[in-house]
Order: sequence, then C-alpha cells, then structure tokens
Amino acid sequence: MAEIKRTCLYDKHVALGALISPFGGFDMPIQYSGIVPEHNAVRNDCGVFDVSHMGEVSVTGPDAEKYVNHIFTNDVTGAPNGKIFYGIMLYPNGGAVDDLLVYKRGENDFFLVINAANIDKDVDWMRQHTTGFDINLVHESEQYGEVAVQGPLAESAVEEILNIPCAELAFYTFKQLEYEGEKIIISRTGYTGEDGFELYGSHKFINKVWDLLIDSHKVVPCGLGCRDTLRFEVGLPLYGDELSQDITPIEAGLGSFVKTEKEEFIGKDVMVKQKEEGVQRKLVGIELVDKAVPRHGYEIVADDKKIGEVTTGYHAISIDKSVALALIDVKYTKLGTPVKVHIRKKFFDAVVTKKRFYKKSYKK
Amino acid sequence: MSKVIEGLFYAESHEFVKVEGDSAFIGITDYAQNQLGNVVYVDLPEVGDEIAAGEEFGAVESVKAASDLISPISGTIEAINETLEDKPESINKDAFASWIIQVKLSDKSELSNLMDAAAYTKFIEE
Repeated sequence: MAEIKRTCLYDKHVALGALISPFGGFDMPIQYSGIVPEHNAVRNDCGVFDVSHMGEVSVTGPDAEKYVNHIFTNDVTGAPNGKIFYGIMLYPNGGAVDDLLVYKRGENDFFLVINAANIDKDVDWMRQHTTGFDINLVHESEQYGEVAVQGPLAESAVEEILNIPCAELAFYTFKQLEYEGEKIIISRTGYTGEDGFELYGSHKFINKVWDLLIDSHKVVPCGLGCRDTLRFEVGLPLYGDELSQDITPIEAGLGSFVKTEKEEFIGKDVMVKQKEEGVQRKLVGIELVDKAVPRHGYEIVADDKKIGEVTTGYHAISIDKSVALALIDVKYTKLGTPVKVHIRKKFFDAVVTKKRFYKKSYKK
Repeated sequence: MSKVIEGLFYAESHEFVKVEGDSAFIGITDYAQNQLGNVVYVDLPEVGDEIAAGEEFGAVESVKAASDLISPISGTIEAINETLEDKPESINKDAFASWIIQVKLSDKSELSNLMDAAAYTKFIEE
C-alpha cells in the first residue's frame, strides 16, 4: 500500500477536532460537529469542504481538444472558454475508468479534475492514450488545493468573506483571476445539489480561503460524511458505487453525458450499442417502507430471486426516509414496482422510485 | 467525556447489562452512541427469542453505519423497547435509559465475564 497522504489543510482539520479517516488514499475529515448538522448547514446556509484530495491534470497543445474528445464521453468541440463539462472516461468495453470535470480554459487548453482514489490509474490511462496527439499532459495534483463552498448562502460568503466576485458566474462555468498575485480558478460547481462554488489554487491560497471562511463563523466546516449524504439525496453518482469499471454510464443513467453522435471516443461502440439496444440492468431509486437502512452491497430481491444490489443507501437526512440507489434487473425498473431489500436477516418492503430523492436548487 | 454508570455490567462490544432480579435490561453505552452518531433505526428482535452470549440479536443504525448488537448474556427475550421503533434518537439523548431488550437470564454466572464500571471506564480510555 502506498503511504497515506494528507491535504494542505490537514493540520486545520485536526485543530478543529475532526474525525479523520482514510478516503481515496488521503487522511480526510469525515465530520466535525456531526454529519446531520453539517448536512443541514449546506442545505439551509453554507458549508465549506476540503476537497484538496481531488486530482488535477492539464492538457494543452494543438491537439488538446481532439485528445479530450478521444478519452471523454462528453463533447467539448468548439465550446466557449470558461465552460465546464461533466463526463466519463471509458474503457473500450464501456466500463468507467473515472468520472471527471473538464474545464475549458482556452483554445486547446483544458483542466481536468479527477477522483482522488483514481488519480494514479487515471493519469496512467491518459498517458497511455496520447499516441498520435500533439499535446502536453501535466499531472498537477501536488500543486493544487481545492475547497468547495456550498449552500444557498455560498454566493454571499464568497463575495463578502473572500472578496471574490462570483455572482455573474453561471452554473457549470468558471473564471481564472488574480488573487494576491496568484492565478486561481473559481467555478460554479459542486457535489451537494445546492448552489455553490469550487476554488482551486496553491496550498497557500487554499489555507487563506479556509481560514477566512472558518474565522467568519458564517460558514460551517463540513466533512466527507455529509458530502456523501448530500450528493446521494440528489442522485449524483459516486465512482466506486454507482459507476465503476463494471458499471457503464448507460446503466448508471448517465446517457445524456455520453455523446454518441461524436466522431469517436474510447468505448463509443459499446455506448452506441447500449443506447440502441438497451441494457440488462439499470440504476434506480428505492424507497423503503420501514426505517431500516439499506447499504452498499445489500441484495434487492423480487419474485424470490436476487435482482440487483444497493449501490448507496441512507436514512436520508433531508427527507427522513430510508432510500437507496440500486442497480437492478431492467425488468423491475418501472416506477412503483414492489421489491424487497435484504438487510441482515430480514427482507424489507420497498418500491422503485426516481433516483432523485431531494430537489436540486442550482442557480442556473 | 462519555458517561459510565456504577452498578451495571459492560461488554467489550459496548453493550450494558442492568440486572433486576432474574432479568436484565440490555442497551448500548453512552460511549457507543457517541461513536455511532445520530441513531436513525434500531433493528429489534422478537419477544420470546432465545439469545446466547456473544451472539448478534439486532443492530443499531446511524447515518454512517450499521452496528451489530451482541448479547453479553444468554436468556429469553421478555420485552423489547418499542419506543425505539418511533424514537431511535432517544439512544443519543440518554443511552442508559434507552434499554433495547429485557432478557430472562438463563445463566447468571455469565455476568462475571463482563466488566464493571471502573474496568469499562478504563477500557474506553485506552
């Protein structure tokens, strides 16, 4: 095992009394005051997350756009500068290498943000597929820290506490600006279903931003515990749960981010086939009648046989119901289909629902 | 600091046993509820079930995780705390008052395998 890493804010998490656990190769704060109060802070006010464990890769050069389109399911062709794309990097068989954000900084100048647990695998994969492309691919995870400021009050927090103008940024766009002599990135993105921003910069910048926000007492420090409950409630996928090398984006319900009309990309043949012919299993929402909590890997049963598994489940904080995302046999995916969830020794009644348990409140 | 009450018996898996005559009330300790965080569900067994020391008899679910309940003693379940079905969070408010099952003890000598308050206090400090 590789040595466990720490983000540039690690000492601050310890000082705040965070519960720290390994995630994606990093010792990360899971919670400070508790998952429930932190979750509610993001839904109702504003919270800040250290997400410096995320990886960053720069792709520049004459073939950068062509290359990104080759390894990525979304289509960045001719996009305006400042636009962000969500999409997936696929194996030829349609399984996911990772899901990522692509920031278009300029003509043939892209900034890719990847999952912490997949950094080494992703960078290897990217480097293996540069042949024939005139590009410069630079792995920059070590240089960057990242924080996410999330919640209905995020805009005023960033503008008033950090003094960074952001009100004009539209959802899934970003800008680069000078902050105390350094170039930083701010985007209107997040992973909570609420309005919010993500800021990228040097470790020094990230420490400064963190201190300003925490010392204001208007922004609550939030750990990865509530990051997961928040993203789950609005049906956002997590690589390793809803998406993996064994789960394709079509199965995960992410077909709108797979542009099969594009000329080519790795995995295109399988994506075209799955879009045309359909898939054998699909990601759905499941709502339990009882309060028992469905968790990753628990079996979904119907007609006395296993029809799938829970990918993520919680007693969801914002709706006070036990719900799950589950990958199940496509024959049972119609809304309202009764199924059972195997939890320990018992089988609990449940029904198939939409994947979104709580309404997103993005500022478009 | 987690609360520990004198006069109860404690298991390494953080259940407490409060003996009254021939029966005992079993629940999870204040330390355990602190570790778990917000309790959202208690998976209760049935009245009349036989349980054996060291065996799982249910689970306490928090937002984070499910934690098995291990019986520190053997016996027959005489009662379950039905208030936990609607108010699982009462375990967070007062763990020692929120007993989970009442058991008719089949072998009182098993109690000697458990810790007293002083030993448990030391155990959770380590």
